[in-house]
Amino acid sequence: MISCQKTTALCSLELERALGIGERIALGSHLMMCKHCSNFRDQLRQLRQAAETYAEGNAVLSKDPRGTGAAE
Amino acid sequence: MSVHPAPAPLQETSEQRAGVVFCSRSVVSFRPDMVRFAMLQVRNHELAEDLVQESIEAALRKSESFEGQSTLKTWVFTILRNRIIDHLRKADRFVNFSSLTEEGEELEDQLQVLFNEHGRWRPGARPVAWPSPEEALSSQQFWLVFEACLTVLPDRTARVFTMREFLGFDVEEISAQLGLKPNNCHVILHRARLRLRACMSEGWAPTQGTS
Repeated sequence: MISCQKTTALCSLELERALGIGERIALGSHLMMCKHCSNFRDQLRQLRQAAETYAEGNAVLSKDPRGTGAAE
Repeated sequence: MSVHPAPAPLQETSEQRAGVVFCSRSVVSFRPDMVRFAMLQVRNHELAEDLVQESIEAALRKSESFEGQSTLKTWVFTILRNRIIDHLRKADRFVNFSSLTEEGEELEDQLQVLFNEHGRWRPGARPVAWPSPEEALSSQQFWLVFEACLTVLPDRTARVFTMREFLGFDVEEISAQLGLKPNNCHVILHRARLRLRACMSEGWAPTQGTS
């Protein structure tokens, strides 16, 4: 079984390209056994979503909701 | 409907139909958020200010092309992102990238903090589940920590990460732009994500227990 460290590298890599069959099997079997790495993988996806939201100017940064200048 | 009550000095004609009004005062009020966004990427205050200024002027100039399909802020941020992309494509890649601070051997140190000699998570570093994405993205605290954690990324790491995640460059283009090998680029992205995730866990997510 691959290590947690290697697993996190695959979790990062799968955000960039499709994993090969061997990589998918190695990742999948590790994730089945390891809650920490499953959390890690979920959180990378969450960070990607956050980055996209932030880059679109939709982060909640101001206490003043009028800052959006837009109707809801 | 809570349309911004401020009277817009510019025309407020057809844009009102879609429920989103072009308002030049709102555009200007986005400046602080825009400067912080640009700074996270270019790491130079003067340059960030210039890019934001150009973007605001461009937004005011072509207000009639704002169609109310998105929020005004999203529209303005699109203009800013395109300015930053143009800047990064134009800039001399080697000067551009090599002038940024190098982080040296920090990667090995970082990995040793997170993983033991067998590559397993150290007890204090184990990822604990976060609240739901909906809860996170609507929390001001989440965003403050997100910005703070991006700010403390080393410059080169931040450049690669933000080109990928904010501007939508793919690894091939980042590598070509910055004179990196794609594999090196993957390593930098992995490093950035490890750091950012760990930093977010400390500053924002609940840290009860280590399970």
